Amino acid sequence: MIKKNLGLAFITLGLIALLGGLLFGSIAALQFVFPGTLDSLPFFKNRPLHVSLVVAWVFLSSVGGIYYYLPKFIGAPLYSERAGRFHFYIFVLTGILIIFSYFFGKFGGREYWEFPPILAIPIFISWIIFGWNYFKTVFTTAKNWPVYQWMWGTGIFFFLFTFTESYLWVLPYFRNNVVREITVQWKANGALVGSWNMLIYGTAIFVMEKIKGDHSMSRTKIAFLTYLLGLTNLMFGWAHHIYNVPAAQWIRYLSYIISMTELILLAKIIWNWKSTLSESKKDFHILSYRFLVAADIWIFINLTLALAISIPAVNLFTHGTHITVAHAMGSMIGINTMILLASCFFIINDATDKNYTTGEEKTIKSGYWIFNISLLVFFVCLIIAGAEKGIGIVVDKLSFAEVMAKINPILIVFTFSGFIMFAGILMVVIPPLKKAFAQLRK
Amino acid sequence: MPLIAKQIYFGFLFITFCIYSFFVYTSDTPSDAKELMTTDAQAGKVIYQQNNCFSCHQLYGLGGYMGPDLTNVISAPGKGEIYTKALIMSGTQKMPNFHLNEQEINSLIAYLKYVDKTGVSPTIKYSINSDGSVNYNQ
Repeated sequence: MIKKNLGLAFITLGLIALLGGLLFGSIAALQFVFPGTLDSLPFFKNRPLHVSLVVAWVFLSSVGGIYYYLPKFIGAPLYSERAGRFHFYIFVLTGILIIFSYFFGKFGGREYWEFPPILAIPIFISWIIFGWNYFKTVFTTAKNWPVYQWMWGTGIFFFLFTFTESYLWVLPYFRNNVVREITVQWKANGALVGSWNMLIYGTAIFVMEKIKGDHSMSRTKIAFLTYLLGLTNLMFGWAHHIYNVPAAQWIRYLSYIISMTELILLAKIIWNWKSTLSESKKDFHILSYRFLVAADIWIFINLTLALAISIPAVNLFTHGTHITVAHAMGSMIGINTMILLASCFFIINDATDKNYTTGEEKTIKSGYWIFNISLLVFFVCLIIAGAEKGIGIVVDKLSFAEVMAKINPILIVFTFSGFIMFAGILMVVIPPLKKAFAQLRK
Repeated sequence: MPLIAKQIYFGFLFITFCIYSFFVYTSDTPSDAKELMTTDAQAGKVIYQQNNCFSCHQLYGLGGYMGPDLTNVISAPGKGEIYTKALIMSGTQKMPNFHLNEQEINSLIAYLKYVDKTGVSPTIKYSINSDGSVNYNQ
């Protein structure tokens, strides 16, 4: 089934992981505001199921895109199709084991990688295989790599580096010093997110270029300078996560300075805004382009928030509050999911010969608006809840219980908007998923 | 941009990153964090991970949002060791009873006692500098 459709198989599984992640996320949100809901699958199992499945969506769809684009559009047949399939099977098998471990309450890892550490080994091996296959495939054309190929290569390389780093806690030197362990854990997590951003933003540039038919976009000096700025931030701009941890002061200062270089990216987005808007009207009928336009707006919103919480004086009030969740979920849904959906639509349209029916297209377009509007409500609720919590704890010195009682009504609105967003995403995802399944069955 | 320029910049960044990582790994931490982790506290840390406590609780504001930050639960006024033990043993409406045995509960308390001595969270005392930086807990 996947022999001729490796890329499609990855993204089909990715879309299923997305729906699964949203389902567990919705249940977890319900449990958050109405404790006691679905006691047979408690919050401490639901949350890792939600997070891991959403992370799986990011990796499956971005990796699937690379497997699809390399032979089909870049003229680089995979060095080893068999290694690609092996990668897929390891991913599936490890994924099933991780899901089972959560269902049975078998933990042992750290936040975001809560499964027993032994399962990190097949994940690491699968990325070694993927990296080897990728670099072997594109190595001979290194001289002419467009920026997205640099970004994909960088994403793979840094995933391996930071994933390894995130397991340094197994060594007593790190494990037995909580301050050092938290510092290194968040250094790794910050850069890990940067590494998958490299895979995703590279995909965004690739899809945009194909839609526009302009192959110079990914070879301009500005494109490469933006990539290098992103890479610098991936490496050194993570410490806003640990400003209040009693680690060395220089770590905070350096990160603060590096994070502020992202102002250049913000300025660039504002500078390009006018032309982006006029062009977006022209191509808005193309489904994948529609998601890239939404991602552009969400990049602006989330980058502004990220810059704000990188300022220690602001971070003091936002750290450990729902504003951090707004930053994480806003980026994961508004930016990453929008871009990856654009890529999925692009691939499924290309891989299948059947067009969407008028009804399906209407459903997708309505789902798109429901998705974006409910995401905005979802995001604003988290910002309000976070601001109330930050001020309540840091300024008013309220207890945790008092703060939670105060923000519970806004979290109910947040949960409700989450359910509507889930419905919107279902409307967007089901039609292409059906097409992908039909193609894989052929 | 020529390939060699990209390679040099990438190489320079990566070497700088490796040196930087080394300094992060070996940078100074409060002496309490280095010296006080007893064998019992180490066992408690394992229990904390095996029961996925950070899906609901935070240490230094990092972790979940369902329950309170546990960094200073042992020294917080009105809380402390007995209160924490009682909550672990009985569970609450939000927190399930994990059915830990006495030895496991004692280890978990030892770990929380250790964390309590390493610093303060949430930040209570602070001063904000004109450049936007913050002096924490001073």
